[in-house]
Amino acid sequence: MEPSDWLQLIFYLAALGLLTKPLGLLLFAVLDGGGIRPMERILKPLETLTWRLIGIDPRKEQSWFGYTKSLLVFSLIGAILTGLMLRAQGALPLNPQHFPGLSDHLAFNTAASYVTNTNWQSYGGESSLSHLSQMVGLTYHNFTSAAVGMATAAALVRGITRNSTHTIGNFWGDIVRITFYILLPACLGFSLLLVSQGVIQNFDPCTHAKTVEGRQQIIAQGPVASQAAIKILGSNGGGFMRANAAHPFENPTPLCNFLQMLAIPLMGSGLTYYLGRMTGNQAHGWAVWTAMIVLFVAGTVACASFEAAGNPIHHQLGIARADGNLEGKEVRFGIFGSTLFATVTAAASCGAVNCMHDSFTPAGGLVPLFLIDLGEVVIGGAGAGLYGMLVFVILTVFIAGLMVGRTPEYLGKKIQAREIKLVMISLLIPAGTILVFTALACVSRWGRDGLGNAGPHGLTEILYAYSSAVGNNGSSFAGLRTNAPAYNVTLGLAMLTGRFLVLVPILAIAGSLAAKQAAPLHAGTFPVDGPTFTVLLLGTILLVGALSFFPALALGPVVEHFLMHHGALF
Amino acid sequence: MRAESPAPFDRVLLATAAKEAVRKLAPGRMMKNPVLFVTMAGAALSTLSLCNAGSDRVFVLHLSLWLWFTVLFANFAEALAEGRGRAQAEHLRRTRKETIAKRFRNGAAERVPASVLERGDLVLCESGDVIPADGEIIEGIASVDEAAITGESAPVIRESGGDRNAVTGGTRVLSDRLVIRITSDKGFTFLDRMIAMVEGAKRQKTPNEIALTILLSAMTLLFLLVCLTLKALGLFSGVDFPLPTLVALLVCLIPTTIGGLLSAIGISGIDRLIRRNVIATSGRAVEAAGDIDVLLLDKTGTITIGNRMASDFRPAPGVTEPQLADAAQLASLADETPEGRSIVVLAKQMFNIRGRELGRPQSTFIPFSAQTRMSGADLEGRSIRKGAADAIKAHIEQQGGLFPREVVRIVESASRNGRTPLVVAEGRRVLGVVELKDVVKGGIKERFAQLRKMGIKTVMITGDNPLTAAAIAAEAGVDDFMAEATPEDKLRRILAEQAEGHLVAMTGDGTNDAPALAQADVGVAMNTGTQAAREAGNMVDLDSNPTKLIEIVEIGKQLLMTRGSLTTFSLANDVAKYFAILPAMLVRRFPSIEPLNLMRLTSPESAILSAVIFNALVIIALIPLALQGVPYSAMGAAAVLRRNLLIYGLGGLAAPFAGIKIIDLCLAPFGFSGS
Repeated sequence: MEPSDWLQLIFYLAALGLLTKPLGLLLFAVLDGGGIRPMERILKPLETLTWRLIGIDPRKEQSWFGYTKSLLVFSLIGAILTGLMLRAQGALPLNPQHFPGLSDHLAFNTAASYVTNTNWQSYGGESSLSHLSQMVGLTYHNFTSAAVGMATAAALVRGITRNSTHTIGNFWGDIVRITFYILLPACLGFSLLLVSQGVIQNFDPCTHAKTVEGRQQIIAQGPVASQAAIKILGSNGGGFMRANAAHPFENPTPLCNFLQMLAIPLMGSGLTYYLGRMTGNQAHGWAVWTAMIVLFVAGTVACASFEAAGNPIHHQLGIARADGNLEGKEVRFGIFGSTLFATVTAAASCGAVNCMHDSFTPAGGLVPLFLIDLGEVVIGGAGAGLYGMLVFVILTVFIAGLMVGRTPEYLGKKIQAREIKLVMISLLIPAGTILVFTALACVSRWGRDGLGNAGPHGLTEILYAYSSAVGNNGSSFAGLRTNAPAYNVTLGLAMLTGRFLVLVPILAIAGSLAAKQAAPLHAGTFPVDGPTFTVLLLGTILLVGALSFFPALALGPVVEHFLMHHGALF
Repeated sequence: MRAESPAPFDRVLLATAAKEAVRKLAPGRMMKNPVLFVTMAGAALSTLSLCNAGSDRVFVLHLSLWLWFTVLFANFAEALAEGRGRAQAEHLRRTRKETIAKRFRNGAAERVPASVLERGDLVLCESGDVIPADGEIIEGIASVDEAAITGESAPVIRESGGDRNAVTGGTRVLSDRLVIRITSDKGFTFLDRMIAMVEGAKRQKTPNEIALTILLSAMTLLFLLVCLTLKALGLFSGVDFPLPTLVALLVCLIPTTIGGLLSAIGISGIDRLIRRNVIATSGRAVEAAGDIDVLLLDKTGTITIGNRMASDFRPAPGVTEPQLADAAQLASLADETPEGRSIVVLAKQMFNIRGRELGRPQSTFIPFSAQTRMSGADLEGRSIRKGAADAIKAHIEQQGGLFPREVVRIVESASRNGRTPLVVAEGRRVLGVVELKDVVKGGIKERFAQLRKMGIKTVMITGDNPLTAAAIAAEAGVDDFMAEATPEDKLRRILAEQAEGHLVAMTGDGTNDAPALAQADVGVAMNTGTQAAREAGNMVDLDSNPTKLIEIVEIGKQLLMTRGSLTTFSLANDVAKYFAILPAMLVRRFPSIEPLNLMRLTSPESAILSAVIFNALVIIALIPLALQGVPYSAMGAAAVLRRNLLIYGLGGLAAPFAGIKIIDLCLAPFGFSGS
């Protein structure tokens, strides 16, 4: 890494750190405080109108079960409507290119992908979706799926902080307030910022241009800035263009690149401050944030170093720039601007990409894969990162809490059999799903048929695909042709499992903790702030989160790395 | 019983445990421990695959053997912990000989075996009789030898009415005669429960154990998935991992160390309590002891030594200190109460006034009586009295004397300082005040400071007035006190603390303590207490020493710490085992990954075998730690955490690297260099 890269990283972390508190305060004000007055004045009528239209009283508190039921019903209806719309887009308006409806399995995959905040794209946006599908079918989910994630995180935090009660908030109140008071205003501002950098925003059909060689080029047009804003802020990641953030219309300038990278982990980062604020232990919030950032920085430095070192075979042949692996990267962003984007998008479960992860060196590509496999808790998706991380926090408190000689307590709440059962379910399900689907694809004809590369590289492609799906990341390693029935269905199931089968036990934890009475804190209480706790949390994440993927990673990128140094490429 | 506690590694115990370890292999018993069940299933699979192992037969044979050893070692740990308890139970059982009871039926005593006695029967016990079952004395007073239970040879007095009316089956009446109402059902006597507890026969998993078992089972399931899917990933990569190798990886990854030692840790926690002569009615109570953060401690016997001691002579105007001391000593010479003796000693220490004979005919000792509330002596024409201020005042004024205002002031200031003032008068003249002081036990203040560091609040319970109580509380360094406390106050206090989320421990012995003992999270009844108190609490202290409450809390904490530390150790071990086994599994197919063989193990077979052997041996190596508990000292949670994390977390990461390497070096001469 060059000194300028270090400078960019430091500047990036400083900016993220500075934005964390104000965003956390905003989240607190909107979700559990009295709101922010000027915003309330403008948006309250809209909110009131919404309540009147859907006939729900947002002040009515729900039990964890009621909350979960509302969440599942809401998501299910959204997914079905989107699936139908994608299937029927040929007959619907705002389709200047006259794209036909998607196949059943692709419509299922895409609906599952967007309702789960994954934004896995088995399709090419500009070459298969109408403007209506993009704006209504998908962008709607970009908002609501992010709001669902954040609402779940807020519900869990409420469960942690409330005492002897059975309610954890109102789902409808949470998602509407998150959407109206946080996501919409933030996206409005961010879209304008993107437009100022040259991101396009129009409803035009494709432009047909003649290139210098005299060939015909079709240049896609559309409402890119508005979708890019929520794709980034909502940690969604589904680009308007197939090339996503590598496309000059979606990510034109280095400043724009920096702003997008900064916006990706913003919600996840702000939620840690919200956690500290809610629990009355700001140091705890920062300890969790620090654990995330340590893993993130370690990943970024590793990834950037491997990419900067480049491919030794190319060096020997003298065909590549001696200073790094630029294959699959935009020269506008360079190696560090690409690798930082890759680790940010992997860590924060966003999935927007500005380079080809498939073209990374094996060890460089291992990093984003590893960050996803940790369970998307290194900042993680909007809300999902925090609630995933809190699962690890509870597990850490349990294992290490025994070491101080008391029944483990998290902020005064006893962690007992029920919580551990739920914690382990929410950890086992995603890890198990990734491994089982990867194994299945490895030994199936349909699995091998989709491969673009042989050997360990192919294995990495499959592992990455299912990791990305289960982790609700949505970025693709690429090289794998997944728009086939088996892949679309299994990936769709993986996304749904990774989201909803994790979400339910987590809301159950919220309910279980809310019902408990917090013991008063004293010198014998397990401390959940400070460096010792951060180290413990990191240890637990690495031991429990990563150990299960060691063998798979060894057969994929690790073996490939060593083979590359012995002259073998895939 | 204390003397009977066996050495941790008695030879007979070891042999019995070894036999029991094999017997425990019955699948029905193994099912209770999912981690070990999976290990055993793996060992069985590996053994079966010997049939088609071909040239790898020697390797697979060794591997299978060590997998079986892993299971056996874990069983052995449990059997050893149980065996230690059983040895103690045997000793108890010997004291429970079949006894003949004299049962009252229709007004006459008939001789029946103790086994037919029912709750509510009345029995007669005369000197030399063994008390047939637990009961309450309804008539009589007797000295009873309770050595069978407490190990204490000095007899204790048991009498009807009051707080000392409980007797325990198996103890022996030494003198006099008692009529006892049986209060226990057959098979549920104190001795029965004690034996069951010690043997671990009725052992149920405690809440923390259940939670930990869930964690360990889930990890086992996860690693099972990892190994199963690895087979498929291997096929994709062109490596067909043999079954024994996958089993070896699985067994090394699942938490066999803590899984194997978990029940031994629990049993030995109860065992440690028993060795301190405390009987817990459930493992749950021991665990709850670790969570206690409020201790209600009786002042007398726990914080102060039972008796007040003279600490100061404060003369009235016109009297010198030696004069007062002399008179006070004379008044106390024949006073056999500890307070009286302490006055004699203090006078001697301060003014070298020797104790004199009171044998002369004209001297008489006036003992304390409830009517006069004074004691003293009449000798050589002097009439000296000592007693509470109001009693002496009445005595003086009756004779026409005056109670000086200065003495009133001294009395008040003494009370304010937590002292008990005794006024001494000769004739109708007040000489001054002897101050009696509660003596706080040596070292107790430091103990409380340690408890505070551990986050435990101490509350002193006393019947004293608030002034006295506050002074003693300050001297002893307790965090809070309850003065003029009644048993009802105790119960209210416990409920209030629990409502705030605290866990409360207390000791008690009287029947009126029973509700509070039952309500407390840990209620330690004194063995000298009533049957009602012993039934209400969840622990009984056979030594009847209230200070032991602190030790009980420490044992509970140590139990949880041991569990947590070994879990951390067990999980941290996995990293090194991965580095031993994974490269070994892959290096034949992908020779270029040799750099990943960080430990430079001699061959893939040797690497896998070394990891499995380490995994088995570490269970044996940690048995003493599991049985004795991790070293414990009173520290704040943050400090304990840092220490245990360093030892068991970092140690758990590093130890297997060294261990596996050493085993690999030892295996080298046997030629596991690949076949």
